[in-house]
Amino acid sequence: MTANKQFNTAGFATLFEKEVRRFMRVATQTVVTPMVTTLLYLLVFVQVLEGRYSPAVDFSYAEFLVPGLVMMAVIQNAFANSSSSLLQAKMNGSITFMLIAPLSALEILLAFTLAAVLRGALVGVGVWGVASLLTDWHLVEPLWSLAFLMLTGAALGLLGVIAAIIAEKFDHMSAFQNFVILPLTFLSGVFWSVSSLPEFWQPISALNPLLYMIDGFRYGMIGVSDFDPARSAGFAALFVALLFGQTWWLLHRGWRLRG
Amino acid sequence: MSATAAIEINALEKTYASGLKALDRVSFTVEQGEFFALLGPNGAGKSTLINTLAGLVRPSAGDAKVYGHSVQRDWRAARRALGVVPQELVFDPFFTVREVLALQAGYFGLKASRAWQDEVLEELGLSDKSETRMRGLSGGMKRRVLIAQALMHKPPVVVLDEPTAGVDVELRQLLWRFAKRLHNDGHTIVLTTHYLEEAESLCDRVAILDKGQLKTLQTTESLLNSHPWRDIEMQLLSFPSQLPASLQKLYVEQAGEWHRWRLHRDEHSVADLLEALKQQGAELKDIRTREPNLEDVFLQLVGRDDS
Repeated sequence: MTANKQFNTAGFATLFEKEVRRFMRVATQTVVTPMVTTLLYLLVFVQVLEGRYSPAVDFSYAEFLVPGLVMMAVIQNAFANSSSSLLQAKMNGSITFMLIAPLSALEILLAFTLAAVLRGALVGVGVWGVASLLTDWHLVEPLWSLAFLMLTGAALGLLGVIAAIIAEKFDHMSAFQNFVILPLTFLSGVFWSVSSLPEFWQPISALNPLLYMIDGFRYGMIGVSDFDPARSAGFAALFVALLFGQTWWLLHRGWRLRG
Repeated sequence: MSATAAIEINALEKTYASGLKALDRVSFTVEQGEFFALLGPNGAGKSTLINTLAGLVRPSAGDAKVYGHSVQRDWRAARRALGVVPQELVFDPFFTVREVLALQAGYFGLKASRAWQDEVLEELGLSDKSETRMRGLSGGMKRRVLIAQALMHKPPVVVLDEPTAGVDVELRQLLWRFAKRLHNDGHTIVLTTHYLEEAESLCDRVAILDKGQLKTLQTTESLLNSHPWRDIEMQLLSFPSQLPASLQKLYVEQAGEWHRWRLHRDEHSVADLLEALKQQGAELKDIRTREPNLEDVFLQLVGRDDS
């Protein structure tokens, strides 16, 4: 194996550690605040819809909603972590330190993605923990939940890296977040079951990869889902693999990063 | 001469997507242990060249090697052999000075050495700032940290890209002392600067780039000797009302009480000038000479010598 192909384990671990320390250093902003915001959704939606809408037989709306909110937290925070870190580094120039180091595209990508998964998981688990104080908690298939949580964090972490590579200013990132990530999140079954949508919207929703991730995660928690969890996991894994390949290619080519 | 060059640049070309040709078949070698100056006006291609060595820019054609390692094919080894101090004051605001040094060592696959950190921090006058967050440092302090970061993996080749731009005199002196120390310790130093007197006093050899092309590469001494002019400045008690054509063509300007003449090294002599002035009735009060400096040579080579 040539020196170029040898994995720089210490370099990868350092970059991962840096990414984790970066968001932990401002944990109030990156972990606590999103938890509180997500729990406000729980309070408001449950207050309005409890007793009027029940997508899952034998479960209250709050019990149905909690897995969706956990995943919403994972989605938004995994994306925010990689995208804001990389874009900030691009904007303030500190990305130079990473780019002049003997770090490959794979090492950089793994570090950013895993840090995004970790932050998404921390906020998601935090939301779940606090929500469990307010409503009954379930964890029917923990491995399914864990798998979907990891896949979702990875997918959004990768999307964050892509967005940060494309963006040339914070305004671009804001547009990506508000016009892509937010609609995909809100129209992915966080708050309702896709089967309860009008017929017209069901096939359109089926194109949203986040739908399968949330549905699969919900299956792991309460054992109820619109789709076969194994197929959802397959879709999610394929989506992550495609994103990983695309992002690796962008980083490997140095598109918008190296001259 | 060492067997492996510290830096070897071979027919390097870079054309950006905009069509700008920043490097046009540039070739030269920097030997191990040299203190080497890379000069050129803004837009000459210096930064593109340095960024190519650092892996921040991909060459369009040709290749560059650091300690025998191609920056394209053997990029990991090439980057490990190179420490780059960037021109811009870039920093990560989240971390302390010591943390950024540890991170930089880690990126290169090294465990942070506290002893090496302490040594570099001490040399750069940063010991009392080691636990300060980067955003809390002055511009000069940030500049010192950039140098410390570039040294964390102990690279044999150090590139200083305009390290003294915008720094005060005291810091400039400190940076040059430190650069000399690095050189004495065996590092190869490549320096870009707009302060040509620095390159003149520090560097063994000088390369001048202009419009992406290598205009010249010589020892500092031979480069200075290649400039055929030297200036003679005189204070005269009386100045001739009219100068003959032979003297007029040598006359440059008057600055205060001083009159400046430019003589060609081979064609004119000071004695002849003094004699000619005496014949015109001029009375000499004082005289001084100014040998050509790198700035004169630079302006001559890049074709922007207005005088």
